[in-house]
Amino acid sequence: MNDWGSLVRGQPEDKAVVSGNLCVIRDKAGSLIDNIDTDQIYHNAHLAVTRVDQMGQFAFGNLPGWEHFPKIAKEFQVLIVGRNFGAGSSRQQAVDCLKALGIRAIVAESFAPIYFRNAINSGLAALSFGKRQKDARDLVEAVQDGAVARIELESGRVLIEGAEPVVIEAEPLAPLLVSIVKAGGLFDYARASNW
Amino acid sequence: MPSTIIEKIVARHTRQPVRPGSVVWLELDLVTARDFGGANVVKHLQTYFPDRPVADASKTLFTFDCQVPANTIGYADNQQTCRAFARRWGIRVYDVDAGIGSHVIIDEGHCVAGSTVVGTDSHLNLVGAIGALGLGMGDRDVAFAFRTRKVWFKVPETLRVEFTGSLEFPATAKDLALLFLSKLGPAGALGRVVEFSGAPVRSLDLDGRITLSSLVTEAGGVAGIVEPDESLLVELPAAASGRDATVFLPDEGAKYSETIRLDVSGLRPKVSLPGNPANVVDVAEVEGTKIDSVLIGSCTNGRYGDFAAAAKVLAGRKVKPGVMLKVAPSTRSIYGRLLRDGILASLYESGAIIVNQGCAGCAAGQVGMTGRKEVQISTGNRNFYGKQGLGETYLASPVVAAYSAIFGEIRSPE
Repeated sequence: MNDWGSLVRGQPEDKAVVSGNLCVIRDKAGSLIDNIDTDQIYHNAHLAVTRVDQMGQFAFGNLPGWEHFPKIAKEFQVLIVGRNFGAGSSRQQAVDCLKALGIRAIVAESFAPIYFRNAINSGLAALSFGKRQKDARDLVEAVQDGAVARIELESGRVLIEGAEPVVIEAEPLAPLLVSIVKAGGLFDYARASNW
Repeated sequence: MPSTIIEKIVARHTRQPVRPGSVVWLELDLVTARDFGGANVVKHLQTYFPDRPVADASKTLFTFDCQVPANTIGYADNQQTCRAFARRWGIRVYDVDAGIGSHVIIDEGHCVAGSTVVGTDSHLNLVGAIGALGLGMGDRDVAFAFRTRKVWFKVPETLRVEFTGSLEFPATAKDLALLFLSKLGPAGALGRVVEFSGAPVRSLDLDGRITLSSLVTEAGGVAGIVEPDESLLVELPAAASGRDATVFLPDEGAKYSETIRLDVSGLRPKVSLPGNPANVVDVAEVEGTKIDSVLIGSCTNGRYGDFAAAAKVLAGRKVKPGVMLKVAPSTRSIYGRLLRDGILASLYESGAIIVNQGCAGCAAGQVGMTGRKEVQISTGNRNFYGKQGLGETYLASPVVAAYSAIFGEIRSPE
């Protein structure tokens, strides 16, 4: 069994940064969509699927206006989403279907609590800006899809490149959660630390 | 330092300092998985920890409640995967006959006041009704918990809700819970734990407290814990109020992120409009809306008292021809009591379809789905578009649901 103290204090040796092209999940008027639930991300009709590589095709399949997302997903690695993202059920598939499509980070105004856990445990960087920066919502709504985002997990800083670069201050991830994301998810973390 | 209930429960289950926002390792008294998510838990364990997948089989359970018995090959296969794993490692299975896991663990004494439990059910937090901390989680968290009996846990802030006044028929625990939900909105408790207190909550029996705690997830909350009191412990089975139970009460001066007061005096029956559980109006505002189907059941309103209330409304009357009334008790033991006490017979005579004990409408079709333009009124906790089919779902109490079934339109008795 591992020593608990070192697990919790354990600082990663190098800076944890995730970067990639972003896609903002917004409605036709350009506003972030709030309260996207897990049935919209991954419908319960597909819950019997247990292979992650088969989950991607169903991502956002029940989110009006975004049913086509699996077809365009390869252009993006970072999602920018609204308030209470991932509300509803505990299904891991709602995270893993996005991971299967190559998504590596989700930046939200806020997450539903179970969804946040599931994302970290699958090795996705999940950061929320709602508490830190009130005007961030307007800033990200103005960003063009495809822009490059650089996400610093320990500071919570999100840098979005462009003609007029944007900086969003999100909540930093706790050191343990940074370690889990860097390891590639909860199981890889557990194996690497001999749990 | 003065602490809230959740801070005390967490402090009892970790060696690390407990303050809101800090991440700790939480020790678990019980780890569960159900037929939904359970097969993925098994798969993860066989892939990553095949040598020793279970830390303590006596503190681990499978509870099947989504499709009971399975009506798709996928679910049948997943259940059998869990059974085989359980036999190999000596884990107890509450199989397809048992009912909703979150209720079974309370009624069978596996989960007691002051204890911690995780499982693959986003409403497992309804054990807050007895002063326990239940956390619904994804299959990775739960697999890790099978292996270690621990999960990482970000200590949440506490939101205190103090109810005043008294509930009067036809308003019920569901209407009190919908009042809370409408005040908070779908993200009003986001990431926080809710502590419920006040006379109207103390006057609720276990069934009513389960209804209240089960709807906190719909406000984005981590859990909703009812301040425990003596009356509840008397009601619980001996096993559940035994020596392992610890009643934690909040300290004077405990820090809350917010305190909200809600008066239930004169509360009228409420419904959630299709699309979001927190979109709540008085029944009066949608009275007369035609309905095709009615569902009474779920982990929110599937207890003995819920069906007794529905049967009282329906006594000697018939469901309107052309309207479908589905009734699904939450557990086998509740089913048995309803059977022996004549309540199921009474509901049957009124025209109800009696369905197997289990999760009923929420889980991919155990009791059937809705078709395009079908309008359903349900006593469940979620009505997101597409979740229960292509139709529209209103949420209400068993009293309102049963009364609506008589007329084929949304109505409340006076």
